[in-house]
Amino acid sequence: MSHAATLEDLKKDYFLKGETVRALRGVSFVVPEGDYVAIMGPSGSGKSTLLNLLGCLDRSTGGSLYLGDANVSKMNDNELSRTRATRIGFVFQSYNLIPQLTVLENIEVPLYYQGRLTRRDRDRCRELAELVGLGDRLSHRPMQLSGGQQQRVAIARSLINDPYFILADEPTGNLDSQTTDEILNLFQRLNDAGKTIILVTHENEVAARTKRVIRLRDGLIQTDQRNPPPVHAALATGPS
Amino acid sequence: MVWLRTWLIGIKSLAVHPMRSLLTVLGIFIGVASVIWLVAIGEGISQEAQRQIEGLGADNIIVRSIKPLNPTEQDSSSFILPYGLLRQDYDRLVETIPTIHSALPIREMRRQVRYADRIADARVVGCTPEYAEVTRLEVNRGRFIEPIDLDNQQNLCVLAAKLAEQLFPYENPLGRRVFLMDHEDYYTVVGVLKPRTATAAIGGSLEAQDFSYDIYMPITTVRNRIGDTVVQRRGGSREGEHIELNQITLRVQDVKFVERTAKLVEETLEPYHGKTQDVAVVVPLELLRQAETTRIMFMVFMGLIAAISLLVGGIGIMNIMLATVTERTREIGIRRALGACRRDILWQFLVETVVLSVVGGVTGILVGYACPLAIDLLRWFMENFLPPHIIASLPDVVRNVQPVILAWSVVGAFLISVFIGVAFGIYPAFRAAQMDPIEALRHE
Ligand SMILES: Nc1ncnc2c1ncn2[C@@H]1O[C@H](COP(=O)(O)OP(=O)(O)OP(=O)(O)O)[C@@H](O)[C@H]1O
Ligand SMILES: [Mg+2]
Repeated sequence: MSHAATLEDLKKDYFLKGETVRALRGVSFVVPEGDYVAIMGPSGSGKSTLLNLLGCLDRSTGGSLYLGDANVSKMNDNELSRTRATRIGFVFQSYNLIPQLTVLENIEVPLYYQGRLTRRDRDRCRELAELVGLGDRLSHRPMQLSGGQQQRVAIARSLINDPYFILADEPTGNLDSQTTDEILNLFQRLNDAGKTIILVTHENEVAARTKRVIRLRDGLIQTDQRNPPPVHAALATGPS
Repeated sequence: MVWLRTWLIGIKSLAVHPMRSLLTVLGIFIGVASVIWLVAIGEGISQEAQRQIEGLGADNIIVRSIKPLNPTEQDSSSFILPYGLLRQDYDRLVETIPTIHSALPIREMRRQVRYADRIADARVVGCTPEYAEVTRLEVNRGRFIEPIDLDNQQNLCVLAAKLAEQLFPYENPLGRRVFLMDHEDYYTVVGVLKPRTATAAIGGSLEAQDFSYDIYMPITTVRNRIGDTVVQRRGGSREGEHIELNQITLRVQDVKFVERTAKLVEETLEPYHGKTQDVAVVVPLELLRQAETTRIMFMVFMGLIAAISLLVGGIGIMNIMLATVTERTREIGIRRALGACRRDILWQFLVETVVLSVVGGVTGILVGYACPLAIDLLRWFMENFLPPHIIASLPDVVRNVQPVILAWSVVGAFLISVFIGVAFGIYPAFRAAQMDPIEALRHE
């Protein structure tokens, strides 16, 4: 079984006016393909920092990180950009859609930075919009959508480049419980289809619907546990 | 395909703030349009000057009598002031300088002429038959002065177009006799000329010439019937001048001899007129060269103004782009997270500035091409809404100049506007590209 991500003693220090903030002090774990991981922990424990490293948005100050077989710790800025464009899908707490673009155009953006945009890709954008239930909103702008709808556009966007994994930093943090449920159902379906998902959350209900929970405290892993298979959830949502 | 998208995205982003983009474009637009206008008007003026100088003839040398500022031999008992070229000078020049092809003696004076009850102020020009060719006069009806007239010293004359119109609004002037006031003498009209445009003053010693109220006579007739002494009554007192010739136009055998001949002319006249300073030598060829130098100076000056106005436009672009980059920090963060590398971001913002400056450049060029139209419109407006005496008092340039659009000014203005766009856009774009993606994402 190959791994989507492998972390070995990963460290991140921030240097602030002579002071060093040790945000991650050596984190090691492996994310197998098809895994569904929730990262939890108190505020300031290093969850976002870890996610930024996984997302190749930042470089570690120690240890190593592999995405598939590629050693991310040794990459330069251009290679990191390329990796983000081809292998990673982001979902943010505040959706982060580009306001002047339509739904369809927002979904297209990652393809654009891969330097390809064929008719087939366009069709795929449409399919993804339909997959997240926004097939009838293609030419709407983000401002014309509800929070939940915007987050679904963001999820469609994160899927367009067929990434190794989806990274989501508190994806339901701005949503009510009803909408949270819809988004989690969507993630569930994607994971069932084989997509690797790593998300950060404060909510136990959210974490409970993943396969595995990693708890951080002061930049170190406190616990790393697998959830029992979601028998009740599967029954509750019915066969899909 | 992807490239096309870069441009489309740039245009789209600019369309988010149409007013802002418009005002930014305005800076470059004004710069480009003003370059083209200034160069076109400058070129129009200089071509006009060139034409006028060429009208004098590049192979000509013009020697003119000028009234001395402080006459040396002021005889208090005499009110008659003798000055200027003498017939002897004419002979001396023609005899001693071998490169002279032909020489035209000219005598001019202001006189009133009358036909029936119509009186006109005219310029009497005593000349030889060659005068018509050298000053580019064309006969409308009848004939110009002919060699035989010089020998016969007859009482005949040729009228310029406007003078003929004024004296003979209804009749055919040919064969009629006009009356020269002051001299109580009649002259038979043998010819009428076509209208000729006036020449502007060129240099200090050659006044503007309006040929439309001229009356031409054989120079021998003028000498015998009118004489060299001209007396004018000026508010009670009487003033007189004694002038043998007002001008000698020399035609040189070849243009390449013009400068050397001019020097010889000056040296020949020096012993007789050096002290009194009552003769001036005008060399149209030299004027032409001076005009060329002036033209180049003018262009450099215009270039400077253009550079400044485009610089201002460029600073406007930079200002707006810096604001845009700050405002769109979050978008930059999103795009970086989705895989844009630094170069992608750099291009994105550079494309926007180039679009702004190209739009400014193209509209500036279009409006630049409308320059002649606008000038015509302005003239039409002035002629219809301004009182005539104000129009008459306007300089010739305003009334006559035709702007000439030069291709290099159009191409140059466009290239400079694109260059300005890139030069002033590169720093904001670079700032955008250098942003840290995480910080950019956190930006509110
Ligand atoms: N750019 C930075 N410069 C300096 N220190 C930073 C920076 N980013 C994060 N930190 C510090 O690193 C530590 C971990 O921050 P991080 O954002 O990963 O926390 P978190 O677990 O995501 O918290 P929260 O649940 O509040 O989002 C904190 O102490 C924070 O102050
Ligand atoms: Mg966080």
